[in-house]
Amino acid sequence: MSSAGRSRREKPSLRRAFSWLRLREEAIRCLLFGCALLSVMTTLAIIFVLVTETMIGIPPHTSFFQDVSLSEFFLGTEWTPNFSAEQAHYGVAPLVCGTLLITGISGLIGLPTGLMIAVYLSEYASPKARSICKPMLEMLAGVPTVVYGYFGLRFLTPYFIMPVFGGLGAQGYNALCGGIVVGIMIIPMVASLSEDVLRAVPNSLRESGYALGATKFDVSARIVVPSALSGVIASFLLALSRSIGETMAVAICAGNMANLSLNPLEATQTMTAFIVNVMQGEVVAGSTLEKSLYAVALVLFVMTLVMNLVSQLILEKFREAYQ
Amino acid sequence: MSLHGHVYERRLVWRHRLGQLFEWACRLATFTALGILVLLLLSIGRQAIGWLDWGFLTRSNSYEPREAGIMAGLMGSLWLVGLTAIMSVPLGVGAAVYLEEYAKPTRLTKFIQLNISNLAGVPSIVYGILGFTVFVRMFGMMDRPEEFQCSLGFASFSFQLPLGRVVISGACTLALLSLPVVIIASQEALRSVPASLRHASLALGATKWQTIRHQVLPAALPGILTGVILSLSRVIGETAPLAVLGAPAQLSYAPGSIEGIGDAVQHPDKILQAPFDQFTTIPLQIYGWINETKPVFEHVASAGIVVLLAVLLLMNGAAIFIRQRFQKSIRW
Repeated sequence: MSSAGRSRREKPSLRRAFSWLRLREEAIRCLLFGCALLSVMTTLAIIFVLVTETMIGIPPHTSFFQDVSLSEFFLGTEWTPNFSAEQAHYGVAPLVCGTLLITGISGLIGLPTGLMIAVYLSEYASPKARSICKPMLEMLAGVPTVVYGYFGLRFLTPYFIMPVFGGLGAQGYNALCGGIVVGIMIIPMVASLSEDVLRAVPNSLRESGYALGATKFDVSARIVVPSALSGVIASFLLALSRSIGETMAVAICAGNMANLSLNPLEATQTMTAFIVNVMQGEVVAGSTLEKSLYAVALVLFVMTLVMNLVSQLILEKFREAYQ
Repeated sequence: MSLHGHVYERRLVWRHRLGQLFEWACRLATFTALGILVLLLLSIGRQAIGWLDWGFLTRSNSYEPREAGIMAGLMGSLWLVGLTAIMSVPLGVGAAVYLEEYAKPTRLTKFIQLNISNLAGVPSIVYGILGFTVFVRMFGMMDRPEEFQCSLGFASFSFQLPLGRVVISGACTLALLSLPVVIIASQEALRSVPASLRHASLALGATKWQTIRHQVLPAALPGILTGVILSLSRVIGETAPLAVLGAPAQLSYAPGSIEGIGDAVQHPDKILQAPFDQFTTIPLQIYGWINETKPVFEHVASAGIVVLLAVLLLMNGAAIFIRQRFQKSIRW
């Protein structure tokens, strides 16, 4: 007994012993943990940058909300930050309205189409049709947004919107075109996310449907989609949050005029388009115009963050239910 | 009884018809989406005919539409994507390895995971604002830019602080932007490596890192590479964050004024200078041409789009090739 105790004291357990190998293992572990932590730091950096510029203000400079009152920003209905100081108004409503208008149109187009593609791919398509459609949808998803913008401006507006809606007073730049283009852009995203959740629905549910005499339509539309509903809604939310954050296509097609109107045939300006448009020119550092960029970006960030968080939570619940 | 049967059958016919209608509607939706892709490619391709030639690839931009070229953007995009990859791939794969191999399911791990999924959904323009503040302006801490000279014996380069609208600012911004995507793709690749491989290696006495380095990573490599290439191809098409950084749409020179391989070999200092030089990219040039007032420029824009799509197609082709090639050799 005592000799064993002594030998343990003389030669400490291998688990505790110092070795360069163990040190290296530990160092690598810490290094990799640092990599993982970088993502948290990115989020913190985004929040820090947006919040300091809009709310706190580092002493030589004032913050946006020290220049512009909260009530003017959230309740004002005019957005004219480019005007001279006396005439400049900073009411964010027109930008939010433009964003929601574009997001709404894109949702009307992208969400049902995407869901139907998902149903087709998961329930109807033969393996061969799937193997052709999936890569093509991936290509559609891979087309850069500036290309979609060009497509909207040079083809959709002159060859589709003008002939159909020209009589109703459609303008050369209009929200409808921006909405349609963004709708096309989110189709592949909705399709692939929804298809994943539809395929995760267990086959036993489909088979019990058939055993009760359901047709294929009953099974797809009344069993599979409802049981995957939470996942489908999560994919819708993710797609809509992408529409809200979409920039180039909207900046190119929908014009750059802040407009508090829900008329899709008029030009409008989204929050993202405003940011890009201002940054294209020279901005005076420390001016209220520059700080307004951060305020708008903060609103944008919060809107998309909430939608992403909700959809993540829904997806997690969905996975717990079926896996 | 027979009456009920009759009703049932009539209903059944109707139900089947509805089903068929639904199937065709779904099919129509799919083919409409694919049709739009074809329409987009054809219409842009038709506009680019006659404008896309060797000169277009090798010229810098000009106010004369016929003299316009995409060389500065092409080189800028290559520099940008190369530097982005150098930063985001090791960091992203490292984070993925930590989350998949080391992390225990604690609250912190869950938080990091949720955070990564959320970052993947943050609009790219917000990253642009972040990059503009942190890299381009450096919080406005310095009143005016300061020049620094850096000499490495055989070559020297100069840079200024705050960095300004240079390649390295853009690459840092895009690295942050692509990091979540790289992490998620790498995690999926690591997850698909069977646990038996790890157990076998650990049972033979390998340490955790040795197992990861020599067994898990090689096995997951094709999946990781595919994910990385796809996320980098998104980086190439990214416009908004760079526009927010204030990168100019048109420039008359490539980063470091390198216009060919010979140039780079003869003047190594140009390679060092390039990351600290101004830049433009293909999508930024396209955006610039779209905003030109002369209508002829839409042909130039289409030609630029064809070049951009060709670059993307090359990258995606490489991803598919890697996937096919390695999937055959590894079988569990």
